[in-house]
Amino acid sequence: MDLLEFARGPALQWSISIFIAGVLWRLLGVFLLRSKKDLSEPRNPAAWKGLRLIALRSWPRREFLEGTAFGEVMGYAFHVGFLVSLFFFAPHVLFFADVARGLIGTDLRGLVGFGWPTLPNGIITLLSAISVAALLAVLVHRLVNPVKRLISNFDDYFSWFVTFAPLVTGMAAFAHLAGWPYERLLAYHLLSVELLLVWFPFGKLMHAFTIFAARGATGMLFERKGASL
Amino acid sequence: MTASTGQPHARKPEPLEFDKPRVSIATPEYRYDMQGEMPEAERVERAMKSFVKDFGRTAAIYMESCIHCGMCAEACHFYEVTKDPKYTPIWKLEPFKQAYKREYGPFAVIYRALNLKQKVTVEQLQEWQQLIYDSCTVCGRCSLMCPMGIDIASLVSQARHGMYAAGLIPHELWAVTERARLEGSPLGATPKVFKDRLEWLADDHEVEIPLDEPDADVLCAMSSIEIMKYPDSVVATARIMNHLGVRWTFRLDGYEATNFGLLSGNAAAQKLLTMKIIDAAVACGARTVILPECGHAYTALRWMGANMYGQPLPFRVMHIAEFLAEQVREGKLRLKRVAKSATFHDPCQVVRRGGAIEAPREVLKALGVELREMYPTKGTNWCCGGGGGVVANHRADELRYKTFKLKMEQIEETGAELPVTTCANCRQTFDDGQAHFKWDHKMHSLLELVADNLIEDES
Repeated sequence: MDLLEFARGPALQWSISIFIAGVLWRLLGVFLLRSKKDLSEPRNPAAWKGLRLIALRSWPRREFLEGTAFGEVMGYAFHVGFLVSLFFFAPHVLFFADVARGLIGTDLRGLVGFGWPTLPNGIITLLSAISVAALLAVLVHRLVNPVKRLISNFDDYFSWFVTFAPLVTGMAAFAHLAGWPYERLLAYHLLSVELLLVWFPFGKLMHAFTIFAARGATGMLFERKGASL
Repeated sequence: MTASTGQPHARKPEPLEFDKPRVSIATPEYRYDMQGEMPEAERVERAMKSFVKDFGRTAAIYMESCIHCGMCAEACHFYEVTKDPKYTPIWKLEPFKQAYKREYGPFAVIYRALNLKQKVTVEQLQEWQQLIYDSCTVCGRCSLMCPMGIDIASLVSQARHGMYAAGLIPHELWAVTERARLEGSPLGATPKVFKDRLEWLADDHEVEIPLDEPDADVLCAMSSIEIMKYPDSVVATARIMNHLGVRWTFRLDGYEATNFGLLSGNAAAQKLLTMKIIDAAVACGARTVILPECGHAYTALRWMGANMYGQPLPFRVMHIAEFLAEQVREGKLRLKRVAKSATFHDPCQVVRRGGAIEAPREVLKALGVELREMYPTKGTNWCCGGGGGVVANHRADELRYKTFKLKMEQIEETGAELPVTTCANCRQTFDDGQAHFKWDHKMHSLLELVADNLIEDES
């Protein structure tokens, strides 16, 4: 078994398994905790309306923008670039279809009658480059900003690494980096993605799930009191 | 540890000077305080047990969600005025985050087995005492900033439970909580003192102040700051209630709304103090309990009271500003016009976290003042710097005065003649700041402003 076969085979299966089991464990470990009923008389009985905080908090209030503009801009640049590259790059879509067929016997087209759209390679390359640049900028910021430097730990830097690596190896594989066989670059790319999947449940990448729960919980608590969202 | 090494001294409780304008300690040197005698390991054990005791789903979600973006620092007045990263709100919880991961989170077994998170030490907790008590007013501004939506302020309150259990809280907060628990009031406004004061105020101001009525529609409570420092607020409350023809009373078994149990982290004392008002209201059949101009008293009874009681409260709980606004809306409260410009300082627990955002403004509108809003205002207004027990903690004075400059700038920028607020604790912080900086702006009470401008004879 060569490196690419390993990356496409057992490494992929194990990493997906660890990802799914780890995410479920962490989410259930939190969601199965008790939640005491709040007996105070609500100001606004329709507390569910506070769920709008999930959307509202995606952009800071005007009063806070000055101090957070860098983080907001870089955050959006990275996330948009990363997610669009992940979900709309043609080879990725083919890969997801392959994985889906392996797991459930069919892909999206087989399920709902239409496929997943893709974006031109030029746009994907540009967005990936923006994403890489944003990641480098936030790393430098984390290293030089006194607040971020103080509060950072291993998780912050390792999560950064496992996010950065797939982007860089993916761009290298796409560009057929001079002197490196494509198969090896592709294997590195796959392995880097698998590293991300394995780390995902254990570190702060889990915010991809918990962000909705945290914002939703606060939104409902605050809405109930009529407090500022 | 010595001051010369930059490390705080340990300091055991010593007598407090209760006769000073604020509870005072002779030498508020750089220090941390300890209560009780117990081995260090037990302090840590108690802190962690108490911290996780009430740990529910929401707090756990918060603990799992921080991405260390550091944005909360930009919302904190202590960071804003010092630019010291240790005042980053989420950093104030670091030992508790560490303990959560190691002892309580879904992967705690792994963290412990591989020692990926160190056990929290008593030295850490001692060091964090200053961050959790001196440099956090639990104002919750950071909770509005957090992109993950974490209510950081609620976690600080939970951390205070741990610190109290470990006997590691600022001595002033410990002492006033003990005094409230034992005597019924943190600042010496015992039932006897309160009764004497009411008699004196009734005579002096020629106002009827009903006390211990067996039946009443409305039970009023006051804060100890008002009883001892701003007795005009007691008179103002009586005047307004009488003016409105409300069947109301004060009661000696439940008059003190100040709740240092909440501020110090002593949950048992918090419940004891809360239950006094609840029991008094039930005893006289009150349909409404009106809370004084006190921010944390509002949080303690309005939003936490029923949970302490174990069932929904059999009466409405209103902040006095909400009550006044309701009377204005119903046309029962008619006020003389105050031909001045005013600006409103939003008490964090009443407005940002309490939800009574527009009520005080409705009352100001009824007073006819020209309202000049500060920037920022309402939910994002800056805290006065004295909430959360900080103004009672002398060790924090120097830092608090720095944050107070933010308020001075905000108010001066409005050019308003009357700074007004509806929290006696904020008012006390303003008075102290005014004296410290020899500032020429005096903070006014919304309640007293209303009482001074009642249209007495409507016919």
